[in-house]
Amino acid sequence: MSDTTAGMIAARKPPPQARKRWGAARIAGVGLCAIWVVLGIALVASLFSGYDADVFNRYMPRMIEGLWVTAKLVVLSVSAGAVLALFVALARMSDNWIVSKLAFVYVYAFRGTPLLGQVFLLYYGAGQFVDYLEAAGVWWFFREAYNCVLLTFILNTAAYQAEIFKTSIESIPRGQWEAASSLGLHKAQTFWKIILPQALITALRPLGNEIILMVKSSAVASVVTVFDLMGATKLAFSRTYDFNVYMWAAIIYLMIVETLRRVWAVLERRLTRHLER
Amino acid sequence: MEVLSQLAWGANGWADELAAGTWLTVRLALATLPFGLAIGLLVALAKASGERSLEAAANIYTTIFRGLPELLTLFIVYYGGQMALQRLVGLFTDSYVEVNGFVAGMVALGLVFSAYASEVFASAFKGIPAGQGEAAKALGMNRWQAFRLVTLPQLIRLSIGGLSNLWLVLLKETSLVSVIALNDLLRMTNLAQGSTKQPLFFYSVALLIYLVLSLISSRGLGAIEDYVKRGEERRA
Repeated sequence: MSDTTAGMIAARKPPPQARKRWGAARIAGVGLCAIWVVLGIALVASLFSGYDADVFNRYMPRMIEGLWVTAKLVVLSVSAGAVLALFVALARMSDNWIVSKLAFVYVYAFRGTPLLGQVFLLYYGAGQFVDYLEAAGVWWFFREAYNCVLLTFILNTAAYQAEIFKTSIESIPRGQWEAASSLGLHKAQTFWKIILPQALITALRPLGNEIILMVKSSAVASVVTVFDLMGATKLAFSRTYDFNVYMWAAIIYLMIVETLRRVWAVLERRLTRHLER
Repeated sequence: MEVLSQLAWGANGWADELAAGTWLTVRLALATLPFGLAIGLLVALAKASGERSLEAAANIYTTIFRGLPELLTLFIVYYGGQMALQRLVGLFTDSYVEVNGFVAGMVALGLVFSAYASEVFASAFKGIPAGQGEAAKALGMNRWQAFRLVTLPQLIRLSIGGLSNLWLVLLKETSLVSVIALNDLLRMTNLAQGSTKQPLFFYSVALLIYLVLSLISSRGLGAIEDYVKRGEERRA
């Protein structure tokens, strides 16, 4: 055995990195990105060249007020809907079959029909029963389109949120109930202190989606003369025929939805960090 | 129940109008579906391409059409399309053109549907192991064959659940076209209640029709789901 190292092959450099070629995918990608950029520039250009100080000064404040109405509608309906939804979800899981069937019918009816139709039903339907509602002393509430829309939104989102709560509560393993029971906690305590906190964490993501859906579908309120952001925009367009107002509204809605989505993602990551491996 | 007599067929009742509206609602949803699915699939392919510029372009598309309220998208397509078309035609003649409400509704709902569908397809793509494509390549299939014979059947199976939900959403969203004076079920109901002063009754009927449509669709979709999942292992 002579010198073994002499026969070894010298280490070779790795082959040069294959240069990324301009394949069909990249050409298409760059082309499409270019189209987006052009569209973006066209939008900005049209916003500037079509800028009408009169229209802007007269209608932008109204749209901001409308934005406030939209925000109120969404926050109130989602939070009140959440409370209602919790009870509906509990009713859905009840052992009493009448209660659970009723809750099922409620959820099914609201999820299976269009929100716009529900708004019409409540708004115009209430108008048909003015005398009764006045006699019952609640006509002041149903007289305002805003209140009718708010009530419809609460009932609608409660149905969706009830499904979310039900799924997430049922996703908590049975062992949690059993463990709590063996520690001597009774059912209500177990539910509020052990099950619900864990369920809410799994419900975070779908709840975020529901809030975003609510922001978008709140635009439906404008159809029954509520001046939310969409309503104010429609008013501005019908009076000025200035198409830019729709573009402003689109930008505002997009910004709200994107911000919400990102904030919610951060929030969720923060709240579930103990679950990450 | 004298209210019920207003549901008579023909000139004295509103049943035929409601039926015509329902038919338009169904047609609109069915016409939107293939167009939305095709664009959704293309956008999802772009998202799964691995080419960054293509992914960016696809993500901008979804961000826009998932973020805008459907009603606003509809107005932008309807009035914006009207104005753009008028300007285009104005270059040649000075005749008046009108955008077809059905087409505007189809485009707007299709854009929204495709944005959501692309997310469903994109996550289904992620559910197909890369080894599947490599195996297809090793068997000598070209890219189209690999897509058609290996990827697509699995893609359908993985995305059918999400797409079923989107169909039900689409069916409900068609009601928005009633605000651009397209005679769908909800608008026919508006007309009926306006002339009879029976909003509670007519809107209840309309919502019930929507409910039945959803019920029929979920039955049908359930059957399709069973069919495309027939190769899957039965789980208890």
